Amino acid sequence: MPSDPPSALSAGTTAAGPDPLEARHVLEFPGGYTRSTGPVIGRFLTELRDRRIVGVRTAGARVLVPPLEYDPDTGEAVTGEYVEVGPAGTVQAWAWVRAPRAGHPLDRPFAWATIRLDGADTSLVHAVDAGAAKAMRPGLRVRPRWRERPSGNITDIECFVPEVTMINAPVRAEYRVRPGAALTRFFTKIKDGVILGGRCATCDQVYVPYRTSCPSCGVLIQEEREVADTGTVTTFAINNLPDPRAPEVPFVSAYIMLDGADIPMIALVGGVPAHEVRQGMRVRAVWVPPEERTMSMANIRWFAPTGEPDVDLSAGVPGGGV
Amino acid sequence: MGERCAVIGVGQTRYTTKRTDVSMAGLVREAALRALDDAGLTFADIDAVVVGKAPDMFEGVMMPEAYLADALGAAGKPMTRVHTAGSVGGSTALVGASLIQGGVHDRVLVVAFEKQSESNATWALSTHLPFGASLVVGAGGYFAPHIREYMRRSGAPDHIGALVAVKDRRNALKNPYAHLRIPGIDRAMVESTPMLWEPIRYLETCPSSDGACAIVLASEKAVTGTPAWIHGAAMRSEPLTRAGRETVSPQAGKDCAADVYRQAGVTDPRRDIDVAEVYVPFSWYEPMWLENLGFAPENEGWKLTEAGCTALDGDIPWNPSGGVLSSNPIGASGLIRFAEAALQVRGMAGEHQVEGAATALGHAYGGGAQFFAMWIVSNRKP
Repeated sequence: MPSDPPSALSAGTTAAGPDPLEARHVLEFPGGYTRSTGPVIGRFLTELRDRRIVGVRTAGARVLVPPLEYDPDTGEAVTGEYVEVGPAGTVQAWAWVRAPRAGHPLDRPFAWATIRLDGADTSLVHAVDAGAAKAMRPGLRVRPRWRERPSGNITDIECFVPEVTMINAPVRAEYRVRPGAALTRFFTKIKDGVILGGRCATCDQVYVPYRTSCPSCGVLIQEEREVADTGTVTTFAINNLPDPRAPEVPFVSAYIMLDGADIPMIALVGGVPAHEVRQGMRVRAVWVPPEERTMSMANIRWFAPTGEPDVDLSAGVPGGGV
Repeated sequence: MGERCAVIGVGQTRYTTKRTDVSMAGLVREAALRALDDAGLTFADIDAVVVGKAPDMFEGVMMPEAYLADALGAAGKPMTRVHTAGSVGGSTALVGASLIQGGVHDRVLVVAFEKQSESNATWALSTHLPFGASLVVGAGGYFAPHIREYMRRSGAPDHIGALVAVKDRRNALKNPYAHLRIPGIDRAMVESTPMLWEPIRYLETCPSSDGACAIVLASEKAVTGTPAWIHGAAMRSEPLTRAGRETVSPQAGKDCAADVYRQAGVTDPRRDIDVAEVYVPFSWYEPMWLENLGFAPENEGWKLTEAGCTALDGDIPWNPSGGVLSSNPIGASGLIRFAEAALQVRGMAGEHQVEGAATALGHAYGGGAQFFAMWIVSNRKP
């Protein structure tokens, strides 16, 4: 159990030390009070010890939980009929306890709640171990967590806990990935600072990155064709949504038609404020220093403006598409 | 086109950010049982089940159709799963219809769903491989450059996207199943939201939803209840990377529309079609698809939007349900378009019913605008 919040024990302590005129005083009947339950509460606690929760039926057919010897509405004696209820129930109302005190049923933040057990017509007050206040709501379904050794006391129910509504399902697929022959050839050239394309002889189109089949006609691409590391921004987006795997926002992802290519590549544009990027802007690859280059597109840091005049796109975008 | 085929039942779940109260099976059953109820049928009356959803990475369950087969009453029956990225809901309806048009079955249950709250769509769509540069941009970042190019070519004023965002969300207020409900939404509100992937603003993009949609299809002799007859059904695809590929108005979309119009006898879509449910996940795709689908000449789609022609009380209402901009359980989004088209011609669209709608277009696209699925339904027998 946690210690009490600052209270009588510490209040008498001043900066000058313990106050000699303040003393601790405890009222506690040795061994605790003996309290007779009567037949109705006794039955309830006896059933609790067997991990069952029962209520009692009133003459008006309501089920009282916890049971009483009388109908609180009319004062009449209840019937002798006991009804097993729960063990699940529904939270009616609740209050969050941020800092539990000594004597509270839980040593971590919890809710006091009125709980209507299934089959009962009245609510029971008990603790709900919900983890966080935002997990609590009227209508929350809960079930008792039983004490290991029940003894016939309301604390035989340690607390109530929410029903299971969500599980965590970790899924992980791990692969070893190798680029195919065409991409390996492309990256070999990228390591040398050269962007390699392939020309489809049938379509007379140059594809970047280099590939060995034409996506349009399907024939084998046999001709390697080096393309320039300069090109034209055909269109772009300014990305403002941060993602740990993406460049720092705002970043510009652009379709760049490299000089000598017939299909644009998607790449980062840098070295210029995002809002100054334009469709038609001329750009050049900014390479990392040769000693830092690997077999990867990371060799190109981004594309930066060349300062040449923009290409006029009103006559058509280079290569036709975007 | 083969045997006559009709939609005789439609079922939808309420679309929302998180359906934490149901399992995946519970979600699809909710839609399926509502569709069966609409048709006055039970699982026992169904010959085959077709299931559609987008990438399995969304929920992290590989081939969920295997686990959902018995949840959808498919034990001992043929079960097929369809996947064509975002267009899958439309493709799923068309695969189901083909089983009837081909004379194989008399009653087919078609179900599509997504439970996006189980992970995160941008994460699931941005699984970049090693070696490449990492530009994690999601669907919005992918489509934003094509929207920018459309704006440049057409000279459309900047506010057109906001007009679509307002129109579709106002329609959503009339649809009890719609996810986004933004009372009082107006152009100023849309234009005050931040640019996520410029030129796309926050309120010009679709939500991420949990939900399922189901339809029951029947052959002519097996029709119960109120049928929406299929007059045309078409799918097209094209390679994502091809030199000279037109990405603003893809050829596959034009070809798909031409095919479905030919089957249905549509010569002027704006005149011959009464209402359209078109896949518009980013507001600017309304004017773009108005052109791609032949409702407006090239570079002039935005003029129809601006003039209010596509509003609920316009001459060619687009997305009276609120569209993908208002509800987007990705795998189901295409089927919702197809189902809403059927509801309109059945006269069962409730508060968002277009008066006297007799012929409707359902449309879906997916991937990098490379997969297309469309159908035309009517209250008249073909």
